[in-house]
Amino acid sequence: MKFRLPAHDTPEAKASQQPPAKRAEMTRRDILRSGAAVASLTLAPGVTLMAFGGSEAKAAADAGKRWGLLIDVNKCAADCNDCVTACSTENGWKDTGHPSTDAQWIRKVTMKNTTTGRETSMPVMCQHCEKPPCVDVCPTGASFKRDDGIVLVDKHTCIGCRYCMMACPFSARSFVHEPVNNQKPHAPRGQGTVESCTLCVHRVDVGGIPACVEACANAGHEAIIFGDLKDPESAISKRLAGYSSAGLRPDLNLNAGVRYENL
Amino acid sequence: MIRLALILTLGLVGAVSAQERSSLLPDVPTATGEPHAEGNAYWRKNHMKMMTHDRDLTMRFGDREIGASLKACFDCHAATDDTGHIVTVQDERHFCRSCHDYAAVKVDCFSCHRSTPEGTDEGDIHALTTTQNADPGAIAAFLNGLVGPANAQSMMAPLEADQ
Repeated sequence: MKFRLPAHDTPEAKASQQPPAKRAEMTRRDILRSGAAVASLTLAPGVTLMAFGGSEAKAAADAGKRWGLLIDVNKCAADCNDCVTACSTENGWKDTGHPSTDAQWIRKVTMKNTTTGRETSMPVMCQHCEKPPCVDVCPTGASFKRDDGIVLVDKHTCIGCRYCMMACPFSARSFVHEPVNNQKPHAPRGQGTVESCTLCVHRVDVGGIPACVEACANAGHEAIIFGDLKDPESAISKRLAGYSSAGLRPDLNLNAGVRYENL
Repeated sequence: MIRLALILTLGLVGAVSAQERSSLLPDVPTATGEPHAEGNAYWRKNHMKMMTHDRDLTMRFGDREIGASLKACFDCHAATDDTGHIVTVQDERHFCRSCHDYAAVKVDCFSCHRSTPEGTDEGDIHALTTTQNADPGAIAAFLNGLVGPANAQSMMAPLEADQ
């Protein structure tokens, strides 16, 4: 039988008043990792000039890259839904029995040319625009574009107003109406926030490829190429340089990161 | 000196009357794994600042090698019930709730984040937070009385499309 001392009297609490040196170093390291090199110059006592410059190659959201997808519509099979299934499994979104409002990060769309009768099938997801309208309209800054071109929702600041859903020309975003549990640790999602394709950012940051691209290759179609649009040597850039392609709604000048071939 | 006397007195009284609880402070579930290098007291005081700082690094800058993440908490801080099953935040024995209930500080992390380690089945959503399925018949009857059958039918159309 023993009572604990009040929290502020324990030796542990006293130790906490002096933050350990290790954490201080860690914080400094974090700043260095995220903001690259810092040069400081003391002009006068109490006045310091600090310059942030350069960029560290290790930072995952690298402004020197722009991630994109190239979807070859001719290779996409009308009866195949593997990319959608893979996305759902990877990120944990699923039907709740309300088809008109359930989340859809990616969907298969079939188009028919009424003149020629040609039918095409293709996946449509967030197009990761260079000038995303969803970011323009967001009142809280929750909708944002990373330095490497991936457009995301910061659910910590999303208030669920859904302006971004109205602004998106591709209906790529969904609102979560139902309470959620059993989320994937890398893809938190919850009631009252907006969500969309993240280009599997948790995979891309560690050098992987999006789940839909992997599933399409596993199904033997290889209709989706993922890569860096700014790197002229990447497979996607070479393909784009050699063959005709188009972004959806080119009239809007959004410069989408997702492009379609043989549309 | 007075404080010492008080503690001793309370200790004696407690020995007789409160056998079940060891303290008036919350019973924090024991963790597994290596202890925090910074010490528990530092984490108790600063965990939110550290996690907020590191979540922004991950989300905005793609840094996946961070020091403080909610995901990593549950590697060591997964509380179990009497049968050894890992409990979700719906259970008051959950690691986060053991202190937050005591301090009356509500956390909303778990409206989006899972509250158990990856791979644990969190089961059904708690009854209080589940949206009950509406009875279309009852709604139709209510609308009939309110706006007449013709209008009620058109108002019911989107609802029925969902069924």
